[in-house]
Parts: sequence; C-alpha cells; structure tokens
Amino acid sequence: MPDSPRYTVADRPPFRLADLLLRWESILVVLLALVFAVNAWATPWFLDIYNLADATYNFSEKAIIALAMALLILTREIDLSVAAIVALAALGVGAAGALGQPTPVLVLTGLGIGLLCGLCNGVLVTRFGVHSIVITIGTMSLYRGIAQVSLGDQALTAFPQPFLDLQQTYFLADPPTPLSFVLFLALAVVFGIVLHLTATGRRLFAIGANPVAARFSGIRVDRIRFLLFTVSGLMAGLAGVLLTARIGVVRPNIALGWELDVVTMVILGGVAISGGIGSIPGVVLAVLVLGFATFGLTLLNVPGIVINVLLGCLLIGSIALPILIRRAMRRRRST
Amino acid sequence: MTRILHPTRRQLTGAMALGAAGLTLPLGFGRRARAADRRIAMIVKNLGNSYFDACASGGAEAAAELGGTELIYTASTKPTAEDQIAVIDSLIAQRVDGIIVSANDANALVPVGKKAMQRGIKVMSFDSAIAPEGRLVHLSASSTDLIGAKQVQMIAKTLNNEGEVAILSAASTMTNQNAWIEAMKVEWAKPEYANMPLVATVYGDDQDDKSYREMQALVKAHPNLKGVISPTTIGIRAGAKAIMDEGLVGQVYITGLGLPSEMEAAVLAGACDSFAIWNPVDYGYAATMIMGAILDGAGTAEGDTLPMGRIGETVVGAEGEAVMGEPFVFDKTNIEEYAQIF
Repeated sequence: MPDSPRYTVADRPPFRLADLLLRWESILVVLLALVFAVNAWATPWFLDIYNLADATYNFSEKAIIALAMALLILTREIDLSVAAIVALAALGVGAAGALGQPTPVLVLTGLGIGLLCGLCNGVLVTRFGVHSIVITIGTMSLYRGIAQVSLGDQALTAFPQPFLDLQQTYFLADPPTPLSFVLFLALAVVFGIVLHLTATGRRLFAIGANPVAARFSGIRVDRIRFLLFTVSGLMAGLAGVLLTARIGVVRPNIALGWELDVVTMVILGGVAISGGIGSIPGVVLAVLVLGFATFGLTLLNVPGIVINVLLGCLLIGSIALPILIRRAMRRRRST
Repeated sequence: MTRILHPTRRQLTGAMALGAAGLTLPLGFGRRARAADRRIAMIVKNLGNSYFDACASGGAEAAAELGGTELIYTASTKPTAEDQIAVIDSLIAQRVDGIIVSANDANALVPVGKKAMQRGIKVMSFDSAIAPEGRLVHLSASSTDLIGAKQVQMIAKTLNNEGEVAILSAASTMTNQNAWIEAMKVEWAKPEYANMPLVATVYGDDQDDKSYREMQALVKAHPNLKGVISPTTIGIRAGAKAIMDEGLVGQVYITGLGLPSEMEAAVLAGACDSFAIWNPVDYGYAATMIMGAILDGAGTAEGDTLPMGRIGETVVGAEGEAVMGEPFVFDKTNIEEYAQIF
C-alpha cells in the first residue's frame, strides 16, 4: 500500500484473496461441495429434496446443541453432560405426556428441565473451580442415572398427536422443511450475531485466549461461564423435546453417546479445543459436512462401523492438517 | 477469523486428494445396488453379531431362490432406536421395495415404519417386533405351544418316556419361561408320558452360579432324577456344567433352550442329548421368503397364508403375527457346525 499515510494503523488486516481462500470455513465449503458432488455422482437418490430434508432430521437436534457447545469450547470449557440432559428432558416430556398434558406444557417441561440441569452445571463449575470436564462427567452420570432409575426398562409412549406432529410432519410443506432444521438455522443466526457482532462475543474470545487476562481486564468471567452452561442446558432441553417428538418414545438410553457427536461437529467446525479460536459459520458448515457425508454413506449402505472410521479419519485429518502446514511453514522460514 | 494459514498449493491439493479418496472409497457399494429388479433390506439390531449374520446368510439364500432380488444387510453402529431410524431413513431414501427389521424399540420405529409404508415400501419385522401399526407382519420364530411341547418331546426321546424329570427355569416372575412351562404341562398330560413324572420346578434366576447350585440341589433331593428341562440359555449351560462336574454324565440328562456355541462341550460329553432353539439361518430365510411373497402381492390380513419356501407356509394370526415353526433341534450330528455360527 504505497499511498497510505505512514502512521495509519488499520483496525483489521488488509483484505487479501489468499487469506479468504485459506480460511477454515473456505476449506469446509470445498469439503461440503465435494461431499455433494461425490454423493450425487455415486447414488441417484442423494439429490432429492425430500431425501435431503429427511436427512436433516437425523442431525439437527445434535447441531442445535453444537451451537452452545461451540461457545463453551471457545472459552476453554466443555459440557459432556448434554446427552444426559437430553435424556432427562425427554423423560420429563414423556412423564408430562403420560399425565395427559397438552403440547405447550410438554415443550416447556423439556426446556425447563434442560435449563435447570444447565443452571446446576453452571453453579458447580463456577463455585468449585474444578475444570468443567470433571464436573460434567459427574453430572452426566447423575442425570442419566436419574433417568435410568426412574424409568428402569419401561418406556413412555403416551403423547398428544399435535406434539408428535411437530417433528413427524414438515414445518413447511414446500420446500419440505423439518422444524428442527429451521430452528437450527434460526439459532445459528442468533449465536452468530452474538459471537461475531457484539461486545459479549468479543469477551468470549478474550476469555478463550486468556481467562486470567480477561478477568484482569474487567470481564466477569465466571458470570459468562455460568450463562454459557445454562444456555447449553437449555439447548440440550430443546433437543430433547425435538427428539421425543420425532421418535415418540422415551427410554433411558435415548441420545446415548451424543456428547461425542456434538464435540466432533464443533472440532471439525474449526473451534480450537485450547480456546480463543472459532466461528459459528464454521460449526454450521461442519454440521452440514458431517450430516450429509453420513447420509451419503448410509445411502451407499456402508456399514455404520465403517462410517465411524471414515468420520474419525476426517476429524483427525482436520486437526492434524493445520498443525502440519504450520510446521512446514516454520521449517521453510528457518532454512 | 483469527486463523490464517499459508500452505503451499501442493500441500493443499494433496490434502484435498486425500479427502476425496476417503469419501469415494466406498463407491463399490453404490454401483452394485442398481443391478437387481427389486431390493429387500434386512435391518438388524447391531452389526458384528454372528446370530444376525446367520439370519442374513439365510436371507441371501432366499433372495437367490426368489431371483432378481438383492438383499441389503445393514444395521446401525449403536443398538439404539435413534440410530436405527437413521438407517431406515436412508433405505426409504433409496426406495427399496421391502424392509425387514429386528427392532431396537417396538414403539420408536412406528413413525418411520408408517412413513415407509406411505411411500409404498412393504415393512415387516422378525426376531424383535415393531408395534402392529408400524409394520404389516411380524414373524415369530416359534410359538409358546410349540416351544413348550418340543422340550417335553426331546427329554422323552432321550429317556424313552421313563424316569423322573425336573424343570430348572429362570426367575419365577419371567413371563416367557412361565408361559413355556404351562405349555410343557399341557404336553405332559398326554398318556405316553405317564411313566415320566414332573417332580420339581426350581428357579436359577438366569444367573450362572445360582442355576448351578439349584442343579446340584436337585440331584441330591431326587436321587432317581433322570432328566432336567431348562427353558433358558443360562440355566441349560449352568445345569450341563453341574452334571459334568458332579460326574453324573449318563445318569442325568439336561435339555431345553440353549445356544450351540455354549452347549457344544456338553453335547459332545453326553450331558445333553439334544436341545433346541430357532435356527437363525432358517429364520432369515423364512422372513425374506415372506417379504418376497408380500412384494408379489400376497395378502397380510388375519387368516391369509404366506409361503416360506423350503420351511413350508404360515398363517397370519391376530395383529399380523405369524409363526415360523417348531424350534430347531441340535444334537451330536449338527452341533459342531452350528457352534461356529452362534
């Protein structure tokens, strides 16, 4: 920039096309295009609007939790109890259904239980100063345990039809759009605005980069942590409501193992497990890549175990690739 | 975005090629799928289970016999309803003609089963049922009456209809076992069993150690005991072990419902002359033959007859339930072959 005044300090780096193309999100866009292209070529059933809509049912609930998880991981925290909260919220919804309550009560019950579980996590994490991985492993067993003790080998199956219709019919008929996918997209916009366009969002990045420095800069770190865990619980409660409406039955093993699927989405989305780096568009793209890659592979009748291996490779590759590239760059500079 | 990467072009293309290779790896699976005229999917509870693998090999045999039929054998990784629903969704998306399910949850699969049927896909269950609204037919391996009668017939054959017999069951509260014991007693009332009295019914609670001790107590309490029927896979294996450990082989025989892999040693040693359970190869075969018939337009209302190929035919009962037949008997002649399978 030869013409710029000598002492101008730019508030952001100058725009360069190379930076844009090499952003993690750009790589995910390429990956997503690749997933669509390969699947469209490999199977005639992939590019069908109804099939794609149905495929979103199977990952939208997890994706909603992933939005909250992204903020937690960004601030160096993690919530491993989300799947157990889904189970407990589903149990509450099922119990309310068994009592013959109407749809709004069922939805509020699920959200309320999620919120309470999140509050409980938040209090424990901020009061005891133990890392959230320890606390939430504990509450994971606690919440799932409550569901198992109160249900045993029973199942709750009594739900009003309007409640089941929430997830068993399309929210919009044309184009066919499931409610859970609409909610995911809407929440992604909200989370994206908060994280990338507000002061609160900048505070989250500051905490993730260095919680101590953030505290000394006057950011109320513990209050934000507490809020994040509450939001995480609320999102898990919402996922529990949607999942219950979709499958119409509650058992204690509902949503088993979801916490790891959710963390996978967040990590592939480019959120650094060491905190301070990440974006909501990245997480949304990762959700779509994982969701449609899985759907494409099941369409090809690849056994689920093999799908897990492939997705595991994808995840390891996505973590290892930037590290390898950075190392290669450093070597080149030093020689 | 705070992360700025500067990889060389070669590194990037290399990474992309790697990713593309990973995603295109399983293409062979897809190409094959369009060869057959019609496709039947068999979705079981979980993969890597030799019992279901045996069902699938029977299904493949039936598909070959039906002709122009491809059998897709698949399952979710986790044995939960949500994961099984995702697999069924993808089969609906592929517009398969028929779906045969061993359900992880009878009720949770009803919506997805209904959706499949709305789109013209025929749905049936076997092994573990979907609730009636979510499928056309459920094929049970055997009926309570047949299972009960078979066990009495087996011990009668071993003992030539003579000698005291006891029952070693699971827990006294178990619905299945109690129903089978009632069915045994109906068979037992027949005159040919007059010299083969039932002297005791004991409960091992489906625990190996308790079943073992109950078996030891039985032979002490009834010195003339000749036979034991154990309608539970745990009871029969623990009882057989007690017979072998106490040196009673040849004096007391056990029979009942067992798994070939667990009973191989006892059968070869002579503690168990014969036992029964349904044959999973036949089970998968029969389910697939029935699906073939349904796709050819066979009715599934109560009272309709459905063909099962070499097994015979079955009549649809109340709530779309059909029964394959008598349990399959295992003895010295076939135990080693089936012990490999399940």
